[in-house]
Amino acid sequence: MKVGSTGKGKKAKTDATEPIWNLRLYVAGQTQKSITAFANLKKICDEHLAGKYRIEVIDLVKNPQLAKGDQIIALPTLVRKLPEPIKKIIGDLANTERVLVGLDIRSA
Amino acid sequence: MVKKKREVVVLEKCPTGIKGLDEITRGGLPQGRPTLVCGSAGCGKTLFAMEFLMRGAMQFGEPGVFMTFEETPEDLAKNFISLGFDLHDMESRGLIATDHVYIERTEIEETGAYDLEGLFIRLGSAIDAIKAKRVVLDTIEALFAGLSNAAIVRAELRRLFHWLKARGVTAIVTGESGDRLLTRYGLEEYVADCVILLDFRIDAQISTRRLRIIKYRGSSHGADEYPFLIDEGGFSILPITSLGLDYPVATERIATGVPKLDAMFDGKGFYRGSTVLVSGTAGTGKTSLAATFADAACRRGERCLYFAFEESPSQIVRNMGSIGLDLNRWVKKGLLRFHSARPSLYGLEMHLLTFHKLIEQFAPQVFVIDPISNLTAAGTAAEVKSILTRLIDYLKMKQISTFLTDLTHLQSGLERTSEEISSLIDTWILLRAIERNGERNRGLYVLKSRGMDHSNQIQEFVLTHQGIDLIDIYTGLGEVLTGSARVAQEAGERAAELACRREAERRLREQERKRKALETKIAALRAAFDEETEEVHLIADEERKRQAVHTESRLAMARFREGKPSEPPAKRVKKRGKGA
Repeated sequence: MKVGSTGKGKKAKTDATEPIWNLRLYVAGQTQKSITAFANLKKICDEHLAGKYRIEVIDLVKNPQLAKGDQIIALPTLVRKLPEPIKKIIGDLANTERVLVGLDIRSA
Repeated sequence: MVKKKREVVVLEKCPTGIKGLDEITRGGLPQGRPTLVCGSAGCGKTLFAMEFLMRGAMQFGEPGVFMTFEETPEDLAKNFISLGFDLHDMESRGLIATDHVYIERTEIEETGAYDLEGLFIRLGSAIDAIKAKRVVLDTIEALFAGLSNAAIVRAELRRLFHWLKARGVTAIVTGESGDRLLTRYGLEEYVADCVILLDFRIDAQISTRRLRIIKYRGSSHGADEYPFLIDEGGFSILPITSLGLDYPVATERIATGVPKLDAMFDGKGFYRGSTVLVSGTAGTGKTSLAATFADAACRRGERCLYFAFEESPSQIVRNMGSIGLDLNRWVKKGLLRFHSARPSLYGLEMHLLTFHKLIEQFAPQVFVIDPISNLTAAGTAAEVKSILTRLIDYLKMKQISTFLTDLTHLQSGLERTSEEISSLIDTWILLRAIERNGERNRGLYVLKSRGMDHSNQIQEFVLTHQGIDLIDIYTGLGEVLTGSARVAQEAGERAAELACRREAERRLREQERKRKALETKIAALRAAFDEETEEVHLIADEERKRQAVHTESRLAMARFREGKPSEPPAKRVKKRGKGA
């Protein structure tokens, strides 16, 4: 499942050189935690990264072999693939402040 | 309906294939359940788990998953290689699957509720991929370090162990020793079926590894601390602690290599499979006696394993050449094998393991350790005794004749061993130096020899170019003399004996002379007596004659007196006649 919002010109201040945020959310099935996490992520991204993020949701129940690659243990896990370096945030992303810090959107 | 006897549900066990472990666990780890293996850093937890997997895959056809939380796959592969297994090859053959779980706390931000389903999924997919029956989690405690929410980790661990049980895999979970708990994070709380503690301690700069089964629910198990070691063959646990005393015994006798020594044992030598100890102070010929015994075994076509703790094989071969033993030919023939090692090279357990390994490989009939006293350099006396007890039991079970030498010190007394193993010994020969008259000689005697007649004599032990010889020692006059003193004493004694004989002869002659003198005296006395007797007879005769003469003269007088009138009796008669 891919959710993208890279719409051009949605926000005028978006610089052409500014990177696209490539985020990956690992979940296991449609659990309450998965749904909450996705909803929280979507909200945060729309608020802070509007127009320059892409969310990839990976359901490990369907693709268990993918867990190894990103060293997934806890679920849900959000991985910031881009921009580098890779960042990981685990949990249902209920604490927006911490997510912003974790994603380096806002310094701690 | 026939009532069936109620079957006792026996806990199914999963053989580990680790040397000795299946003996002490009576069959292996609990099948389909997790086992906790804990211990301090470097105690061999990972290797233990690794070997469990490898043996499972290679020997029991049970593929396994190795989930490592600490080591990278490259390090893991290196560790496998050190045990002689090619991890990559096994992975490609679908026997082993590995998964390196990497958690770095600083790289992870925690926001809100989560679970460890990802771990379950990874493990599950690895198990499914190779149809694994065995699982290793090494060490899952890393989760506590990697994740800040310990409550979640604990809950998830509990779930994990239930999940493992439900999957029916036999799992090993490793854990680092904690201060008060068995493991730092109290993993023993979750793994209730079987807990094994590995211990690694250093005494007197020599490390020993020990294994103990702390608990094993639903099964009996050995409760002791078992020494183990790790070498290129993997883990070896020494289960031979209580072999019991029911080994077979032989009545066959084997030569000692010294005919006169055989003679001291009823003329037949030692029992096959018995344990012989030769103790003595330095330089009394222990090694020579041991080498002679080994030589005799090889002459019979038997194989002999010779453990030398003091000398190199070539040095023994050279030195024994000086007493006419050509050991090299037996080495070449493959009948004699030397193994030289410094006792302090490694711990006692390692020595015992080496003994075992070589005995298994070489299958000797005769086994020599020269000397056992040096083993105390590798452990305490009690440990040495324990090791030797186990070794001797093992050798007896295998009916291997054992020849031990022991260096004793005069201060501690000759008739004891530094290792206090005298009760384990069947035949005990004591060699001692006898110093006298500026000379040092060797004496040999049999202190004990179970189940056979044996000489109680001290023999002089002589090393010649033709080998060992025993000579009856001089033991007269309450003295023990050896060497030249004995020779001198013997010569002196012969002279003294001769003198004695002469003296006796002289006395005999003297006595004869006395007897003759006495006889002459007796003859003279007898002559005198006879003479006297004759005289007495003569006097008696004369007296008789004189008496006769006297009587005659009286009669004559009487007759004379009858004719006279004046004689009163005659008058009276006359008067009577007148009156009538």
